Amino acid sequence: MRRILNVNITEKLLAKAGGKPSVAPGDIVFANVDKVMIHDVSGPGVIKVFDKLKKEGTVNVEKLWNPSMVWVAEDHFVPSAEKISAENVMKLSKFTKQYGIEKHFKYGMGQYGICHTLSHEEALVLPGEIYVGGDSHTNTTGALGAFACGLGHTDVAYVLLNGKIWFKVPETLYFKLNGKLPENVMAKDFILKIIGDIGNDGAAYAAMQFGGSGVSEMSVESRLTLCNMTTEAGAKNGIVEPDQKLFDYLASRGAGSYTPVYGDKDAQYDKVYEYEASELEPLVAKPYSPENIAVVRDVSGVELDKSYIGSCTGAKYEDLEAVAKILKGRKVKIRTEILPAAISIYKRAMENGLLKIFLDAGVTVGPPTCGACCGAHMGVLAKDEVCISTTNRNFPGRMGHVESQTYLSSPLVAAASAVTGKITDPRDL
Amino acid sequence: MMAGKVIKYERDNIDTDVILPGTYLKLHDYDEIAKHAMEGIDPNFHARVKKGDFIVAGKNFGCGSSREHAPIALSHCGITAVLALSFARIFYRNAVDGAFLLPIEIDETAYRKISENDQLEINTQKNEIKNLTKNETYSMKPFSDIISKIIAAGGLFKYKPD
Repeated sequence: MRRILNVNITEKLLAKAGGKPSVAPGDIVFANVDKVMIHDVSGPGVIKVFDKLKKEGTVNVEKLWNPSMVWVAEDHFVPSAEKISAENVMKLSKFTKQYGIEKHFKYGMGQYGICHTLSHEEALVLPGEIYVGGDSHTNTTGALGAFACGLGHTDVAYVLLNGKIWFKVPETLYFKLNGKLPENVMAKDFILKIIGDIGNDGAAYAAMQFGGSGVSEMSVESRLTLCNMTTEAGAKNGIVEPDQKLFDYLASRGAGSYTPVYGDKDAQYDKVYEYEASELEPLVAKPYSPENIAVVRDVSGVELDKSYIGSCTGAKYEDLEAVAKILKGRKVKIRTEILPAAISIYKRAMENGLLKIFLDAGVTVGPPTCGACCGAHMGVLAKDEVCISTTNRNFPGRMGHVESQTYLSSPLVAAASAVTGKITDPRDL
Repeated sequence: MMAGKVIKYERDNIDTDVILPGTYLKLHDYDEIAKHAMEGIDPNFHARVKKGDFIVAGKNFGCGSSREHAPIALSHCGITAVLALSFARIFYRNAVDGAFLLPIEIDETAYRKISENDQLEINTQKNEIKNLTKNETYSMKPFSDIISKIIAAGGLFKYKPD
């Protein structure tokens, strides 16, 4: 359906970036890209594509389209898990030096962390922009009013050299939340509920937009959690319309100037889903799929070996605050790891006494890393090990052994479960 | 025209963590990556796959991460096409833009009728899949305009936008 009036934000962003007066779902645009991110997995992958192109001699790979629009994170296998990972990190350093990329967040040198967390902590992406990253959870950053989309190595290499990439304009699914989330229910519970309802491919190739009074009430960090897991429903991008709360958040992180883009007042969507906040409650996704949703109180007897609080989904400052609220004055009964998602968050957690609460509770606090979330290192799971985790995926083998089990939950549920050793609703603690 | 034998996984949501488990993301040598293809659900895959083979699977094939390692692993084992009820978007565009393999959408009938070890012949010009073992013919969903052009060019870097 071609919309001339009542155009939604994703369509407006892609029309503008594609230099077209209007676009409709299904149209192909070659969009000008504003920002690009690579990390220690996609970076070496891109370098490999560059090497191949150089060998073929058909494409000039000596210069990037705009090195000042590119930033580099080290997150999946850092601090270097073993020597291959160490070599990948060295490749990144060589690459950023060769191409004049200044924004390289190196571990052991001040601010670094998970790529998606840096995108908001450092205000690297701004409202109205087109942002692509070599990671599927790039969708996270759509909470900043940008079109944010994950791509593979070849596509990212293409953007680095040409400053643009093709997109099929997605249909938009609009998720409206009425009312404020109740106490002990987090944005993570809302997005798990949605994925349970629409399924792992319920938003395949589509945009997922979040709005309504419940989303307006939410912090920017909560909105980031919503957009983060749109990937788990197959979405091309997640997005929230910019508002004053976002502008204040970005200003507090030193954002420069930008021009926000909004959908029209009566923007049209391909499908609208409506939820009442008061009806939501703590949920988990059971093994082995993010769509495999259960109410926490229905699975509260499940015995656990581990609680993992980390990742771009569940280790932002607000997530750690929620965990601290539960762990204060209590002890954990199972192995519990907390890995703040960036050094800036780690530091705030230290300054505000959160780290002391965690250590007093018996938790191991680790450095920022994707770590065990992607089965890389720092706490991967053994055969038959059962873990509750604030991360985003629980496919077989995601966090380690193919027969380990991961339950996805909010930080509050993961913390309450750490205290009892069983899956626990924070309201029952 | 492509011809080969079928390796069938009768399941949906075959995700990138089973196509190439996360622990191998640090690898960037394509042949090394290929040794671990499908390890999450089929540790024997690398030993039994032959050059030219096809994978047949259910819906949402390749969901999960953006790792290009997934189509790389399959193509460097010899897989030339994956036939599935549907694909996750990043796997689909990685397969096409990197010119690793063809992601072919099939319907329920074809999915049901094609069995492990069937010999197929695929004609993407005619959008036709011939099952030589069963003497049946199925249709495939035609590629969209841009996808056809990128495939014909041999990947995104060789494609010249109109």
